[in-house]
Amino acid sequence: MTRFSGIQRSVGFAFLLFFAHVGFAQSLAITGGRVYVGNSEVIEGGTVLIENGRITAVGTDVALPADAQRVDAAGKWVTPGLVNSSTQLGLVEIGSSTTEYSLGGNEVAAAFQVFEAINPASQLIPVTRTDGITTVIAMPSGGLISGQAAALDLAGETVEALVMKTSVGIVAHLNEGARSAGGGSRAGAIARLRRVLRDAQDYAARREDYLTGQMQPLAASQDDLEALLPVLQGELPLIVTANRRSDIEAALRLADEFGLRIILLRAREAWQVADRLAAQGIGVVLDPLDDVPSYDAPSPRLDNAAMLAEAGVPVAFATFDAHNARNVRQLAGNAVANGMEWADALQAVTSTPAALFGLDDAGTLAPGHWANVVVWSGDPFEFSTAAEHVFIHGREMPTMTRQRALMERYRARTQ
Amino acid sequence: MPLCSKAVLYPALLLLGLVIAGCAATQPAATADKDAAEQASADTLTSLDRPQYPSTYERIAFGPVVIQNATVMTAAGDEITGGAVAFQDGKIVAVGTDVAIPDGATVVDGTGKYVTPGVIDTHSHLGVYAAPGTTAEADGNEAVAANTAHVWAEHSVWPQDPQIPLAVAGGVTTIQVLPGSANLFGGRSATLRLVPATSVQAMKFPGAPYGLKMACGENPKRVYGSRGGPSTRMGNMAGYRAAFIAAEKYRREWNIWLADRSKTRPDRDLGKETLAGVLAGEILVHNHCYRADEMINMLDLGREFGFQIRSFHHAVESYKIADRLAEAGTASSVWADWWGFKEEAMDGIPENAALLQTAGARTIIHSDSGEGIQRLNQEAAKAMYAGRRAGLDISRNDALRWITAVPAWALGIDDVTGTLEVGKAADVVVWSGDPFSVYTRAEKVYNEGALVYDRASGQSAWQTDFELQQVRR
Repeated sequence: MTRFSGIQRSVGFAFLLFFAHVGFAQSLAITGGRVYVGNSEVIEGGTVLIENGRITAVGTDVALPADAQRVDAAGKWVTPGLVNSSTQLGLVEIGSSTTEYSLGGNEVAAAFQVFEAINPASQLIPVTRTDGITTVIAMPSGGLISGQAAALDLAGETVEALVMKTSVGIVAHLNEGARSAGGGSRAGAIARLRRVLRDAQDYAARREDYLTGQMQPLAASQDDLEALLPVLQGELPLIVTANRRSDIEAALRLADEFGLRIILLRAREAWQVADRLAAQGIGVVLDPLDDVPSYDAPSPRLDNAAMLAEAGVPVAFATFDAHNARNVRQLAGNAVANGMEWADALQAVTSTPAALFGLDDAGTLAPGHWANVVVWSGDPFEFSTAAEHVFIHGREMPTMTRQRALMERYRARTQ
Repeated sequence: MPLCSKAVLYPALLLLGLVIAGCAATQPAATADKDAAEQASADTLTSLDRPQYPSTYERIAFGPVVIQNATVMTAAGDEITGGAVAFQDGKIVAVGTDVAIPDGATVVDGTGKYVTPGVIDTHSHLGVYAAPGTTAEADGNEAVAANTAHVWAEHSVWPQDPQIPLAVAGGVTTIQVLPGSANLFGGRSATLRLVPATSVQAMKFPGAPYGLKMACGENPKRVYGSRGGPSTRMGNMAGYRAAFIAAEKYRREWNIWLADRSKTRPDRDLGKETLAGVLAGEILVHNHCYRADEMINMLDLGREFGFQIRSFHHAVESYKIADRLAEAGTASSVWADWWGFKEEAMDGIPENAALLQTAGARTIIHSDSGEGIQRLNQEAAKAMYAGRRAGLDISRNDALRWITAVPAWALGIDDVTGTLEVGKAADVVVWSGDPFSVYTRAEKVYNEGALVYDRASGQSAWQTDFELQQVRR
C-alpha cells in the first residue's frame, strides 16, 4: 500500500487508491507466448499468471489455478506495458487551447503538481493505450522550475486510479528556453537555479527563523522551497532539460554541488559526454528522432541513444507530446535502426524508465509487479504489429476509442 | 491550350493564361527571339515578357548505374523480386528481371535491398522555415495581410538549410515548398529538386508548374481576427471570393491589352497575376484545409470561379467526404496519425489515408515537418497497416504511391518522375530492406541519376555551409 510514495502523500488518499483496485479477484493466465520480461530475459512459450491485478508467476512451468481465465498467446509476443517517459497526457485535450501543464509566468513553480489536473476522461488516453502504452510520465513545462511530474497508469475513471506516483521528480530547465528566466543569459538561469536551491537549504536549516520573519526574503515561495527539499535530500530526482553539451555539463556541476540525483531530459548532445554520464549513473530521457540542428544543440544525432546505451547510460524514450504519445514504439524501432541493441530499446520503454522514476512495481514482468502486460501480434516496434490485448492492473482494456468510433461510422459509408 | 515558342520563352504569360491571346498576333515574325523582344518599343514591352526567376537547375553528371538482384517496387504495379533498375544520363533505361548492363555502368548489388522511386513531399517548409530555427530564419508566413498571393515562397528559400540533406537521407528527391498557412492566400509555392545549391533557382524543378497556397479555417481567422479580419469562417470564404472576382477583372483587362498591345497597358499586380494563373489552370491550388465541411465549401468555390483544387493539405477529415473527393479528382495530402493539436484537427484518424484510397480518391502522405520528411516511408507504413487492421484492402503499391506517384501528380510532374518506368527521371532510392519496416534506412539516393546520398558516408547527405565546423556528425 505504498503506491503514493511521492512527497506530500495523504494517508487517506492512498487508502482510497488501494481500494480502487481490489474489486476483482479472478486470475488470468497469458500462455504460450514469447515473453519479454523487460530486462534482457526472454522466455519462449512462457506463461504470465496474473492474480488480483498483479503478476504472480512468470515462466514455462507455471501451475495455473483451475478457474484461471486463459489468453492464448501462442505465436505472439508478450511484453510489459510500454512507458512513455515524458508526455502531457491527461493535461491537454486540444493542443492549441485546453492545456494544464504550465503555470505560465511563474518561473519557479516547484510546488506545482500536475497530477491534480489530470483528466481521466481525456479522449487521448484510450488512443494511447490501445497502442500498448500503459504508463506515462506526465510532465509540467515552462519557466526555470516547471513543477512536479507524475506517473500514470492509463486505466481508471478517477485521478486516484490513474496516478501511481504524484511526484517522480521536479522538472527544471537549463536550455535556450530557460534564458529568459535567467534575465537573458544561461549563466543567469544557472545562478537563479543555484540561488533557489541554496535558499531551500537555508530554509530547511532555519525553518523557525523563516516562520518568525528572521530571514531575508528568499528566492522562492515557502511552498516551492518546501517542495524542493526531497530533491536536496536525494529522495526525488531533479529532471533537467539540457541539450547543448555545455548545458549538460552545467547540470552535472549543480548536481555535484548540491548532491542531487538528476535525470537529463532531451539531451541532444549527450552522446558527447556518454562516458561521464555512464560513470555517474545519470539517466537520459530522449527522443531518438531528434536530429535537427539548432543553436540550442548544434549537433544532435540519430544514434544518440545507441551511443549512450553502448557506453552504459540508462536511456528511456519519450515523445514529449500528448496526442501521439502512442508513437514510442516507432521511436524504439528507429533507435534500433540507428544502432541500438533491440533489447536495450525494449528496456528504454519498460524497465529503464521504471527504474529512473522509482516505479518499483512496474516495468518488468516480475512477480509482485502490477500486471501491465501487452500481447502483440509480433515485434512491438514494427508498424505491421498490433497490440492485441492490453492489460492494466490485470484488467483487459477496451479497444474502443473516439478515433475508432469515427472510423467505423465513415467506413460503413465508404464500403 | 496550344503551346508556342513564345509561351516557352515567356513563362509568366503562360501562367497568366494569356498565351492564346498573345501567341499568334501580337509580335512581329522574329518575336520568338528574346533580343527582338528587347528591341520592341517600351510601350508594348512589359516585364512579363522577360524571364521570371527561371530554373537554372542542371542534372549532376554521373555515370550509368545498374542496381541488381533487388526487390523493385516501381509504384506502377507489382513488386519485382530479383529485379534490376538501370539508368543513364539521368533517365531510367531498363526495369525488370532481365536488364542489360549499360556500358561502363556502376553495378550495385541489391541483394536483400528494396528499390523505389524517390520520395516526393507535397508539403514542406524546408528552406523557408530553416534550421537553426531562429526568428531570422522564419521566412514562411508573410503574415501582414490575409491575402499575400503576391509573394513567392522561392524568394524565401535558403538552400543552406541543414534540414535539406537530412531529408535526402530519408530518400526524398523532390519537394514542394509552400508558404505558411496564416493567410487566406499564402503565396506561390516552388517545386524543388533536393540537390546541393547556392541559389533556389538551381533547385527549381524544370517545367514544374507553380502552386498557390491557400488556407482555410482557424489560422487566418486567428491571425487576422483582431487585425481587420477575417475573424470567422464566413469571412474567410468572402475573402477568397472577393480576391478571385478581382482576379477575373485583372485577367480580362490584360487579355484585352495583349490582343494588340496598343491601348494603355494595365499595371502588373503580382497577387492578381498569381490568381489569374489559377483561373487559367496553369497554377495549381494547394489548400490547407482540415474540416470536411470547409473542403466542400472550397470545392464549391472552385466551381464558382472555374478552377480545380489540386490537393487539400492536412485534410484530417477527408475520410468523411472521400466519395466527393474521388469525384472531384482532388488529392488529399495527409499525415498518417497527427491529430488534436488544435480544434479543427480533433477528428483525425489513422485510417484517413486508407479510407480515401478505398473510395478511389487520390491519396498522399505529406510531412509538413523537418523531422517527418526524413521518414515518409514509415508514415506511409503506419497508414497502410492502420487501414489493413480496419479491414481495408490497401496494397503495398498503393502505400508506396502515396509518397511517390500521387504527389508527383499533385505537383504536375508525374510525366517526369514518381515511378520507376523507362524514360522517367532516375529518381531512385535503394533501401536497406522493406521500406515499410521500422528498421529500414535509405542507403543510396539518386536524384536524376546522380548519387546524392550514400549511407556509408553518414547520417546526412552533404554538409551545408551552415554545418561547417558548427555541427559534429
